[in-house]
Amino acid sequence: MITVEGLTRKYGSFTAVDNVSFVCQPGRVTGFLGPNGAGKTTTMRVMVGLTPPTSGRATIGGHLYQHIPNPGRHVGVLLDASAQHGGRTGREVLEIGARTMGLPSSRVDEMLEMVSLTSGEAKRRLRNYSLGMKQRLGIAHALLGDPSVLILDEPANGLDPAGIRWMRGLLKGYAERGGTVLLSSHLLHEVEQIADEMILIGNGRIVAQGDKKTLLAGDATTASTLVTALDNQVLADALAAKGIAVTGAGEGLRVDAATVDVGRVAAENAIVLTDLRAAEGGLEDLFLALTAETQREAVV
Amino acid sequence: MVADAHHLGHAIDISSTSPTPFWRLVRVELRKSYDTRAGFWLLAVIGLIVLAAEIIVLAVVTTQDESIALGDFVAVAAFLTSFLLPVLGIMVLTTEWSQRTAMVTFALEPRRPLVIAAKALVGVLLTLATVAVSIVIGAVCNALYGVIEGSADWTFGWSDFWAFLLTQVLAMLGGFALAALLLNTPAAIVVFFVYKWVLPGLFELGAQLVGWFGDLRPWLDFQSAQNAIWEWSSSGEDWANLVVSGVVWLGLPLAFGIWRVLRAEVK
Repeated sequence: MITVEGLTRKYGSFTAVDNVSFVCQPGRVTGFLGPNGAGKTTTMRVMVGLTPPTSGRATIGGHLYQHIPNPGRHVGVLLDASAQHGGRTGREVLEIGARTMGLPSSRVDEMLEMVSLTSGEAKRRLRNYSLGMKQRLGIAHALLGDPSVLILDEPANGLDPAGIRWMRGLLKGYAERGGTVLLSSHLLHEVEQIADEMILIGNGRIVAQGDKKTLLAGDATTASTLVTALDNQVLADALAAKGIAVTGAGEGLRVDAATVDVGRVAAENAIVLTDLRAAEGGLEDLFLALTAETQREAVV
Repeated sequence: MVADAHHLGHAIDISSTSPTPFWRLVRVELRKSYDTRAGFWLLAVIGLIVLAAEIIVLAVVTTQDESIALGDFVAVAAFLTSFLLPVLGIMVLTTEWSQRTAMVTFALEPRRPLVIAAKALVGVLLTLATVAVSIVIGAVCNALYGVIEGSADWTFGWSDFWAFLLTQVLAMLGGFALAALLLNTPAAIVVFFVYKWVLPGLFELGAQLVGWFGDLRPWLDFQSAQNAIWEWSSSGEDWANLVVSGVVWLGLPLAFGIWRVLRAEVK
């Protein structure tokens, strides 16, 4: 479990992380979501003792990271997959990690296999690795010591869609066995697919947290539905009669109401629906709205 | 471990994990000094330069029919390694910053002073190895000289050996101290060569022009002060000069550099 309490980090007059508190539970994948420069990386760096906090603290399993003996055996860390010596082979990077932690070389082979790096790829020097390969190696490095907590900064960055699916399976399985996972991303759909819990951060402050359902339910006023009926015009009239706003969207309609309300109107009027679902990007709208002040582009 | 965490609830049980022993850090740091091409070739080049220089010396003295002793071969090696070992001392430390691996190193071992101590010890071990290799190369060349010229002079006292060893360790640590201070390979190398080449001239000039500086100079000139080691000086003041100038050129940069590394945000 990771506990962050009132964490603040200032750089001169700039506050990178502003009184941030949250908890990552074991058995759950927690997504740390926010635009670039929101303070995700700084928060994670404080967690593993690389950046001293200005005030507040972060503990892992009840301990400050610096107080955990041989921390690699308890906490797997991947902050920057590119922060490795370009002249070292992938295998050597893991070998050094394993030796520091006091693990046998056989562990290196297990990890290489787990992240699907072939022995040929493992013999190549890191400067010849693609970002996706570096991420796989970084995940292998984080998992070397069989830790119970994983802290991963933008691990999906550079992975291809198959790689992202692979990582999703890996992290879900890891959490199901009782592990704690915190992973950051600036891409909503990445986190949405992997995370059980989400923490949204913008401008150094936490703007929302909870699971996906809670986050959407908390924003029911802006619920929006995509619907297609055999006769869209009849449905549009029926909805309009109830005072619900309707706009055309592709082959169907976009309705400013929850799916259940649209379904009820259709049932009352015996209208046949061919498609009914909550509007995609609902969470994305929420994400953009919540972080609007910190976005570089204005939300349209 | 993952299964354990499930039973333990939210706390991590660290009671059964022992801290990383220092010798393991030293072994890892030693491995890191030669497991990249840059590191491997730096070590190889030190050996090759010493070898090439000794062969040239051997060729010159045999063709000119001059006499030479083992101590002379070792002195040639000592002159060269006093430039190369500081670069080694610099690289041992600065590569962690130039390649940004310090993030990984300090995440796996948050006790940063131990990591720096392990690196300094690796520098010393590599210096000992260099000294050993230099003496072996010198001995082989001296033996060849004996074969070619009929007889060889094996004059090389223990005092020379210890002086060689000590001055090389000090040279390496000089580079290491500057590296800790600057955490940047090119800057540390440039500053080191200014210290090595330019500073003695400035000291000389200062001593000539400013009277009182002549008295102060022995307390600041670490390079000249090291002559006390070669001569095994019996003067207490010579050794006091060595200690004081050593504090200025090794102690202060090292202390300030380590203080900075301990406080610094590792990027």
